Amino acid sequence: MRTVIFRSIAPYLTSLMLLFSIFVLLRGHNEPGGGFIGGLIAASALAIYGIACGVAPVRRAIYFHPMGISAFGLLMGTVAGVLSVFAGVPFMTGLWVYPNLFGVEIALSSVLVFDIGVYLVVVGAISSIALALEERDRD
Amino acid sequence: MSAAAPGTTFIILMLPFLAALIAPWLTRRLGHNAAWLLALAPLAIFIHFLGFSAEVANREIVTGGFKWVPSYNVSFSWLIDGLSLTFVLLISGIGALIMLYSGGYLKGHENLGRFFSFMLLFMGAMLGLVVSDSFLMLFVFWELTSITSFLLIGFDHTREASRRAALQALVVTGGGGLALLAGLLVIWNITGVTQLSLLLILGDDLRLSPFYLLALLLVLGGAFSKSAQFPLHFWLPNAMEAPTPVSAFLHSATMVKAGVYLLMRLNPVLGDTVWWETILPVFGGTTLIVGTLLAIRQTDLKLMLAYTTVSSLGLLVMLTGFGSDYAISAAVLYLVAHSLFKGALFMVAGLIDHEAGTRDVTKLGGLRTAMPITFIAAMGAAISMGGLPPFFGFLAKEEVYYALWATDPWSLIFTLVAIIGNGLMFVIGFAVAIKPFFGPKVETPKHAHEGPVLLWLGPLTLTIVALIAAILSPFTHQMISSPMASAVAGTPETVTISLIPHIGAALALSLVTVVFGVLVYLKLDQARAAIDRVLIAIGWGPDRGFDQFISGIVRLSIAVTRIVQPGKLDVYMTVTFVMIAIALYAPMAWYGEWPSMPVWPADAQFHELAVFAIALVGLGAVIYARDRLTAIVSLGVQGFAVALLFMLFGAPDLSFTQFMVETLAVVILALVMTRLRLSASDHRSTRDKLIDMSVSLACGTGFGLYLLSVTQQPFNPYLSEFFAAYSKIVAHGTNVVNVILVDFRGTDTLGEIAVVMVTGLAVLSLIRIRSGFGNAAVADNDPDQREEAR
Repeated sequence: MRTVIFRSIAPYLTSLMLLFSIFVLLRGHNEPGGGFIGGLIAASALAIYGIACGVAPVRRAIYFHPMGISAFGLLMGTVAGVLSVFAGVPFMTGLWVYPNLFGVEIALSSVLVFDIGVYLVVVGAISSIALALEERDRD
Repeated sequence: MSAAAPGTTFIILMLPFLAALIAPWLTRRLGHNAAWLLALAPLAIFIHFLGFSAEVANREIVTGGFKWVPSYNVSFSWLIDGLSLTFVLLISGIGALIMLYSGGYLKGHENLGRFFSFMLLFMGAMLGLVVSDSFLMLFVFWELTSITSFLLIGFDHTREASRRAALQALVVTGGGGLALLAGLLVIWNITGVTQLSLLLILGDDLRLSPFYLLALLLVLGGAFSKSAQFPLHFWLPNAMEAPTPVSAFLHSATMVKAGVYLLMRLNPVLGDTVWWETILPVFGGTTLIVGTLLAIRQTDLKLMLAYTTVSSLGLLVMLTGFGSDYAISAAVLYLVAHSLFKGALFMVAGLIDHEAGTRDVTKLGGLRTAMPITFIAAMGAAISMGGLPPFFGFLAKEEVYYALWATDPWSLIFTLVAIIGNGLMFVIGFAVAIKPFFGPKVETPKHAHEGPVLLWLGPLTLTIVALIAAILSPFTHQMISSPMASAVAGTPETVTISLIPHIGAALALSLVTVVFGVLVYLKLDQARAAIDRVLIAIGWGPDRGFDQFISGIVRLSIAVTRIVQPGKLDVYMTVTFVMIAIALYAPMAWYGEWPSMPVWPADAQFHELAVFAIALVGLGAVIYARDRLTAIVSLGVQGFAVALLFMLFGAPDLSFTQFMVETLAVVILALVMTRLRLSASDHRSTRDKLIDMSVSLACGTGFGLYLLSVTQQPFNPYLSEFFAAYSKIVAHGTNVVNVILVDFRGTDTLGEIAVVMVTGLAVLSLIRIRSGFGNAAVADNDPDQREEAR
């Protein structure tokens, strides 16, 4: 699998896919996309990088343990739900604010935080499995 | 007033959890001095809740909180009356001192930050438990205390004994928690309310219900396991494997008193019946005697104190169940007194251990001059524990005798039990406070000298508080004792006892207790030997019983596993797929609703036919593939064809996801397949092949027929119309699929991502286990090379 061409292209491909996955994640509320699919794209990006260049560079590149990323995502999702308690509404009710940044109205919401949590859980869990499986030669 | 603002109280209640999050980071920066900052969290709680004391002293009940899941009647709500306020003040006040003490005790420990985190989590769980108004919240925090104490008891996790003690505590108290949950559900069913504040006025409904006894027994199961009542007392002394700050906290203010708290809380509802007034005193009294007798036998300072905690809890349960107003006042006073002196004595025991290097009372002596501050704190606490003036323990003990003394046989028995119990506790208290400090100086493993301020601040403060609380008893009673007794009794109570002894039966019984205590103290070594002989003669106890119970369960599970998990993958697969085929065919056969034969669409477009062709080609490739990798990739073709269909028929989201899932499935399957040791050629016999073929045909046709019959049903547009109409208005999003996932059904998604994460963890550990056995899982990459079976 590790041809020179694949190995040379993989880092660029991976970074493009990661960028795309974030794009997909952020537009998810109004267009096709969202945390789950974004997470899958990011996980496949990491899998490609792993297949091309080996597992160790991937682990170095993502810095945190993938399961830690996953756990943080779950925490984020829970926090996004708990936030509603401060507004006095039931658990998981979406909260929206529209701050004005440089003249552009930006819609921020607890739902977005939740979606990012979903993204991180999916990236973490799937890439954790994929990396562990790829590591077979060196465990 | 600001204290009543629900937001503030909520944040204050969350403070320990937030502090637990930053504790490791803070400890990395500041070392053990982080204790000073972390102690601010419990201190803030203490100060915030003091703000409620004026209202509570007026016998008002402060409630507040948030509705969470209104449809299930779940709320995060609190109820603050004399009972919960006293507990909150004890937990946070002693908690602040314990945080400081931990900093001194575990100074330089490599996992100090983790320890602080666990302590704060534990504190937060306990605070949540005592202020909970809603059942569910109570139960969640109840089990959270079990889990956090598991972490704390097993903190020294490299030691076998710690792990066993932690597991034992978790099994006993967690199991009790499940009984409690069942009990609360029964109560919920009988009364229809989930709020304690509402339940407290519905006592008669509950007591007259035919399910009263069931609810009572289940609740008692929870309370007794948590508060270490005989015969479930054994986990508590074993929990001494935890570092001393944990023991001090566990015993003085927190978890072990949770059961007593629950009994006191439910006394107005469940109490005042024959059952209540029989079970509680009998079990409590037995625990009192058993605990003190076992305490006499010990020579380890911590274990001596641990067994007296068991007996003190027994006394509290006995008094709570005794049924008179005096008994409840006595329980209240004793609870406060016990928290103060037991916290102090545990910290003293840890101090001695820390400075002298041993906790064995027979190897200690003459520390009085070396550790004067510790000595003062220990003496004060022991006087309180012995029930002598001028400390708070005296008030408690006097009230106990007021409550119990009467001439009917039932009262006489418990008076006698109380005299023996109190007398023996007097012995232990002074054995802890006198033996290490008086007498000739004994050479100790470490050269003893006074500990740092972090260590002696806690015990000294608690002892001084016990002194002041007794001297200013009218004020103490007005602020703490009377409101708490009222909350426990359910009717207004006034506690009046003061330091001035009243000539009468109570005083006489006190004198008898002291004389008895002094006599036993003088003969302590003989008493210890005698109890040892008896125990050796019995040779069996609940602690050993627990081990046998656990090993029995393990053996049972091994036997069951052997039957249901023979370890042959092909058996699992066959069983699973046969069940799936049955599940698919059975409903259609039962109702006779077979789908009609689909008609070939006359107006099929070219691209639709192309997708169909792709799927067919993929199918052929799977069947004729010579090696597995090709088969897996060809199988992916089916998925892509379906994804294309989704796209053609206007579901871009689904097709997007389907593409990604299919890609990843192929990647992961390929990775898995290359890891397995599989033989290159097919070794199945013709019979096996026939069976496999029929099973797969049954499954395949089953799915096909099922999908056909689903698509032939008339389409119900209710939900899609609902989401199309409301997703923009309610959830501010136009992508309906995503809006459903993250907004309308966000809680479901939260559960699902939790599943994704747990699955990830499970797969990871399976891979690790496999590579853990022997050498690397697979020596060769090539899946087609036959490997020797392991």
